[in-house]
Amino acid sequence: MYRMRHLFASSGSLRESRKLGRSPRGRKIGLLAGAVTLVAAVGGTYAGFAQASAKTVTIKIAIESNPNMLNIENLIGEFYKLYPGIKVDFDTLNENNERALVETDVSTHANEFNAVMISNYETPIWAKNGWLQNLTPALTADKSYDINDLLKPIRASLTYKGGLYSVPFYGESSMLYYRKSILAAAGETMPLHPTWAQVAAIAAKVNTPSVAGICLRGVNGWGDNLAVMDTIVNTFGGSWFNDKWQPQLTSTPDEQAWNFYVNLIKADGESGASQDNFPQCETLYGEGKTAMWYDATVAAGLITTAYPTVGADTGYAYAPTGNATTGAPGVHSGWLYTWSLSIPKGVGEQADTLKFLEWATSKQYLDYSGQQTTVGGQPFGWADINPGTRYSTYSNPNYQKAASAFYKVTLNSINTATPNHATDSDVSIPYGGVQFVDEPWFINLGNEVSNNLEAAIAGTETVTQALATSQSEAKSAVTTAGLLK
Amino acid sequence: MATGVDRRRRHKRGTRQWALGHFWTIFTWILAFILFFPVLWMVITAFKKESNAYTDPPTLNFRPTLTEFSQVINSTSFTGGIPHALEDSAFVTIATLILVLAMGIPAAYALAIRPVKRWRDVLFFFLATKMLPFVAAVVPIYVIATHLGLLNNDWVLVILYTGFNLPLAVWMVRSFLLEIPKELLESARIDGAGVFVELTRVILPILLPGIAATALICVIFTWNEFFFALFLTNTNGTAPVFLSGFQLNEGQYWAELSAAATLCCLPVIAAGWIAQKQLVRGLSLGALK
Amino acid sequence: MPALLYMIVVTQVPFLVTLWYSFRGWNSLVPGSNKFVGFSSFSTVLSDPMFRQAALVTVEMTASAVILSMLLGTTLAILINRKFRGRGIVRTMLITPFLVIPVATGLLFQTTIYGSYFGILDWIVSWFGISQVTWASTYALPSVVAVLVWEWTPFMMLIVLAGLQSESLEALEAAGVDGANAFQTFVSITFPHLRRYIELGLLLGSIYIVQTFGEIFILTQGGGGNGNGTTNFAYYIYKQVANADNYSLGAAAGVIVVIATEIIAAFALRLLSGLFQATEGT
Repeated sequence: MYRMRHLFASSGSLRESRKLGRSPRGRKIGLLAGAVTLVAAVGGTYAGFAQASAKTVTIKIAIESNPNMLNIENLIGEFYKLYPGIKVDFDTLNENNERALVETDVSTHANEFNAVMISNYETPIWAKNGWLQNLTPALTADKSYDINDLLKPIRASLTYKGGLYSVPFYGESSMLYYRKSILAAAGETMPLHPTWAQVAAIAAKVNTPSVAGICLRGVNGWGDNLAVMDTIVNTFGGSWFNDKWQPQLTSTPDEQAWNFYVNLIKADGESGASQDNFPQCETLYGEGKTAMWYDATVAAGLITTAYPTVGADTGYAYAPTGNATTGAPGVHSGWLYTWSLSIPKGVGEQADTLKFLEWATSKQYLDYSGQQTTVGGQPFGWADINPGTRYSTYSNPNYQKAASAFYKVTLNSINTATPNHATDSDVSIPYGGVQFVDEPWFINLGNEVSNNLEAAIAGTETVTQALATSQSEAKSAVTTAGLLK
Repeated sequence: MATGVDRRRRHKRGTRQWALGHFWTIFTWILAFILFFPVLWMVITAFKKESNAYTDPPTLNFRPTLTEFSQVINSTSFTGGIPHALEDSAFVTIATLILVLAMGIPAAYALAIRPVKRWRDVLFFFLATKMLPFVAAVVPIYVIATHLGLLNNDWVLVILYTGFNLPLAVWMVRSFLLEIPKELLESARIDGAGVFVELTRVILPILLPGIAATALICVIFTWNEFFFALFLTNTNGTAPVFLSGFQLNEGQYWAELSAAATLCCLPVIAAGWIAQKQLVRGLSLGALK
Repeated sequence: MPALLYMIVVTQVPFLVTLWYSFRGWNSLVPGSNKFVGFSSFSTVLSDPMFRQAALVTVEMTASAVILSMLLGTTLAILINRKFRGRGIVRTMLITPFLVIPVATGLLFQTTIYGSYFGILDWIVSWFGISQVTWASTYALPSVVAVLVWEWTPFMMLIVLAGLQSESLEALEAAGVDGANAFQTFVSITFPHLRRYIELGLLLGSIYIVQTFGEIFILTQGGGGNGNGTTNFAYYIYKQVANADNYSLGAAAGVIVVIATEIIAAFALRLLSGLFQATEGT
């Protein structure tokens, strides 16, 4: 009855009619004969009835094609066992496509998706725009979900005015991976809390023509090379803007940080860095072509299972800190990021969608996935379960055992990340976010600046030129936004 | 009577030509191989295991396996997996093709045989509409599709692709029609044949290679379109949208990507290979008339 | 005529809506911004240095891809117009790039061809003592153009081949009787005949290549050179829409591009008079 009623609500019938494309082949061919739009519309209504009289509710979820998400697509059978009345259709796209599509969907209120995967960058901004459903009441009511088990910093990053608008699927900070054997052969040891000066010195020592000293991201994208760069800028004492929203990209610490990064890559980084991102570095590290790698903490689990030999030889250190030029100690520099699931305001089937969201981010799912030995044909294990979301994960003996080498570093990095004030405490800044600026116009600015960073790494521009362009782009962004008078 | 000197000279020239001919043949083969190589490499990589795909230098020394193919076919990740994507692509392509031909042939016929006044402007309009930067139109189209309730419906793609392919189809078919001697048409009409009979009995058979060429071009552009398919459908993504999911931000799967790409490209490649003679003949028949 | 009507609806309605949005200030991230703002989006776009650079990139990318693929396509068409062993196989091999899904092409070039360490191209240049090159950053525009040329050469080849095969045998034989050598025959008979086919190929190629988006999206995300070395019109608009969420700026840029291309197209079509004069009388 509920569903029938829904069908006759105007938005409901629209949504239902869109399911025509999913209808069986036979109907498609029947419609082909008609071959006119009109027929499509009529057929759509027909399909809508067919859908409504069926017993299952279909919910549509947009997700990124990262390994953790692909895993849940392969493990969805377990959800169907628990909730036989709900069918989940995933729209799996790479990060850039997914962002563009989801943003268009939510901002035009097309409401195609019952739930979307976004991050701690979008969540507060979209919540402020009134685009998302506040999940706190429902999640607090459901004691089995145990909302207080969510890692506090992650939960805070998804909270707007006290309401949780997104539930974390996995969370991460950044850390340094290194090959113990390679460093030992060079007579080097890596401290647990290294400085960038130490990392650069070790990279120089272990760099050989066949094995790079360190693998770093160079390819353009605000969440790609710029995410890494921003953490370094922060710990060098630099920032995007001062408290009057004047761009700081040509300031001394920013310039020192950019020069340090570009020079480190050129001297001892992997060749081809300007096209490299997480997956390329993961492959290079796993194939033994680089001695160190600074990137997301989520890589720890991937390395452990996908490259067992290299994984066993891997040491884990906190995100390096300090201004390598001046020797200033600098702030803790790990970033804070989480892929999370949200329900856009006004979409249908919210109760059923919430069931999926709860399951996907629950202890039960983490437990269930931890018990798998293969997922989608690939080896799997406890070390691979979605990290960085729940305290219970980190107190789970199975996880502690499988992830013994790195779980403490991950948890502490997340706990000590400083999204409210990412740079030196004496530098006053008007924005939040570690590896981004929590403003809606940042994606565009970040992408432009990341283009300049790639150009500097590839050597088609100097660092000075790249920063000068970035500075003027930043100025234009805050001027347009009305922040810089 | 050719003298001995003459004959010798001719013989010598023949030898040189023979050598030259072989040179050009080998040269052509090498060029063809270079151009074909990326496709060949895709197919080769598809038969590798993931670990064999990243070797430095790239290797041919591996044991071919169907692992990645079965992985791709059996996996339901990436928006419901490859069978789903291929089914959507096939539906969109066939429906578009039928619509384009059903509307394009009569339009071309009207232009070619009963010329409309100022047809040149009509033709210009047909071509100019192709220059609309589709990226700019995507949000308007998205909003319109939302209002019509056509979002995530394969028909929205059919409607758009038909619009995109019609101009070229009309133009090409019209060119082919102009090849048909007027007398043939007129004799048919004197016999009292109606327009419909004239179309099906007289013109269609002569037109077939041309239609095949037009259809092939239409199939290629429809099957391969990515941008609108990405924005306007979600769980009903076509093959290119499915493939774009392989551009991962975490993890690399070259062998699996190659296997998926091979499967997705196979239908159009097969169609192109089969219809290539018609394509050349079709284009030479009258692309310019 | 249903086809005409259909085309008007499908292509012009979105255009009119685009036009409508271009006079509004709709930035999806700024609630309440969807209101009439007159020509301000147009002046913003026209004064944007990146838009002007995009114009240059579009011209460079389109011209070089169209011309190079035509040169290569013509050469190949002439080569395979001869009779030789394996001609069918060679032709089959040559048309294949045009049939591959461009997204697949982009991904395959990005990974197995241009990729560092494990890519084919790095391996090939290593024979000449050149160590790894980051093709898509260091040579961003040429990398994109190379992919476009690879995709479009078969198309050009097919059109020129069609021209060659429609060349009347009598004219060629007459030339042979006159004692003209192959080169003279080509210049005096074949080339004038081919000209119209080449113009057609250039026109159709330009129409499609000017819109290039997917290849850039996958290979460079508009980067390279000074940071925007491969941002053409299409990608510029995409940035406005998808990154800046400024739908109205994107729409305004789109309208400007339409007006510009219509002017150029009207000019170019008249310039390529061969195409249209030939059909004038009919």
